[in-house]
Amino acid sequence: MATSVLMPQLGESIAEGTIVRWNKRVGETVDRDEPLFEISTDKVDAEIPSPAAGVVTEIRVAEGETVPVDTVVAFIADEDDATDGPSPAPADLVPEATNSGSEPAPGRVLTSPVPSPARGPSRTTQSSPIVRRLAHEHGLDVSTIVGTGDRGRVTKEDVLSAVEMGDQESGATDRVEPMSVMRRRIAEHMVASRRTSAHVHTVFDVDFSRVEALRMSHKTAFEASAAKLTYLTFVAKAVVDAVQDVPVVNSSVDNDSVVYRKDVNLGIAVALDRGLIVPVVKRAQDRTMAELSQGIGDLSRRARDKQLNPDDVAGGTFTITNPGVFGSIVGMPIINQPQVAILCVGAVERRPAVVANEVVAQTRSYLTLGFDHRVIDGAVADRFMGIVKRNLEQFDESLL
Amino acid sequence: MSYRRSLALQSRMVADRQAGLIPDLLLCGEHPHVITLGVSARHRRANVLASRSVLQSRGIDLYEAPRGGDVTYHGPGQLVAYPVLDLKPERCDIHRYVRDLEEVVIRTVHEFGVEAARVAGLTGVWVGNDKLAAIGVRVSRWVTSHGFALNVNTELEYFSLIRPCGIDGRGVTSLARLTGAPVSLDAVIDALARSFALVFDRDLVFRE
Repeated sequence: MATSVLMPQLGESIAEGTIVRWNKRVGETVDRDEPLFEISTDKVDAEIPSPAAGVVTEIRVAEGETVPVDTVVAFIADEDDATDGPSPAPADLVPEATNSGSEPAPGRVLTSPVPSPARGPSRTTQSSPIVRRLAHEHGLDVSTIVGTGDRGRVTKEDVLSAVEMGDQESGATDRVEPMSVMRRRIAEHMVASRRTSAHVHTVFDVDFSRVEALRMSHKTAFEASAAKLTYLTFVAKAVVDAVQDVPVVNSSVDNDSVVYRKDVNLGIAVALDRGLIVPVVKRAQDRTMAELSQGIGDLSRRARDKQLNPDDVAGGTFTITNPGVFGSIVGMPIINQPQVAILCVGAVERRPAVVANEVVAQTRSYLTLGFDHRVIDGAVADRFMGIVKRNLEQFDESLL
Repeated sequence: MSYRRSLALQSRMVADRQAGLIPDLLLCGEHPHVITLGVSARHRRANVLASRSVLQSRGIDLYEAPRGGDVTYHGPGQLVAYPVLDLKPERCDIHRYVRDLEEVVIRTVHEFGVEAARVAGLTGVWVGNDKLAAIGVRVSRWVTSHGFALNVNTELEYFSLIRPCGIDGRGVTSLARLTGAPVSLDAVIDALARSFALVFDRDLVFRE
């Protein structure tokens, strides 16, 4: 049976690869896992082992050519080709495969294909993350697939043939995808929070006209020396200052005690492709607007680049989440344990408001506080939100 | 260490790492003047601007290196760092690996007061328009070799012999040029090792 050799995917964001060297020529034998070719992508030269033992019957992509991931770059056939029932090899390959079986190149003795390595009694499955992901994408559990690779490793081909068999047997359409580690942790964390805190939400309608004006007039100067001047930076500053007046929103519950935290370590929820993470701006109460905005910018960038350290996501005392950037008007967030409050920023947008009996267009946003009624009563939460609202609507220009 | 010796050493270490005989390693050092060609330069050497005889007369070796990337220069005052790491099982993503190497350099030079950055599409570490560190990596069954070269006190005029990494319109710089004074290579190695341990989540053991 012929094995097709595919351009491998060596990273999540990698779409193509350039073949820079073939270590084997057509007609040469190759052992399973022997280096077959080298590819180059983004300053990385990677040596790719052969997925099968046999004879290289066709090389489809020449040195120097760039092809997308999963393109067939070569075929490897073993000697049983002719008798091995239906072969998945495309028609144009068959004559050549037959050729190499019946008419070995002069001087070359075709070695027998290496027999499949014996599998031990314990089936501790080995497979690469790419293979595991491929299996997940097809709703398969890698441990149920029989591996034909080195020491019983499950290879890409094993997964693909399992998929083919599965399709023939069941024609199933549902996709079963095991949760990623991040997904599982989010799930546990959210359910635990619902179980722990007595969640209550209060929504305040905040006029952002002044913040908008200040943002416009200070943006250029601010961004020349610091990071971006976003609405979120203003909200963060307003929240951190309001915490000084209502410290219980920056506390946590320890059995029968309330622990009032000295520092405001401000968690900022960052949405990622496959989940979310909440990096923490430490000692936010000591930071200027510029330092806050730099802190938030740096953490969000590193969150998306997967460059956060464990310390960056630890020690939060209050969280801000900003689904407004996705168009949400009013959010009802779950508290990030062991904190007791979370502020949610809805879309900052122009909408009608009544000012002095006239309907006028204003830039406004709904801010929601999710709080834990075990320690924060409604009146206290609303006092806090009233201060946040005032801090924003009458934002102190000297803070910029 | 001569470039030739570093090639031999790395190929042995990669084999040993693949066989599980040794732990993850980070080799640091300096090379004598040498120009190396990555796999992108294998079939065309247009980016080596000096002729072979000019290079010979100046005592500069020329090597084909089994790493990614085009042409680069190594020499005294430049810190080369070659991680021999097994990326299995949790770091099997070569883009992530390259971005992690950039992060190590960005954090390292940050300790010397230099704010370096990435430039989208141009792997390496940059300060403004100038390249501070070049990256060229080899991965064999997820075991890495080669790595990056950080200009600390490098004599930058040697880069005029080549078109670094085959990129036009950009320059090179060094930590010494950016800070205005020579920088101790040992201090950089120290900062580098710490950044590396942090980014790659490894414990440090120093060996001479």
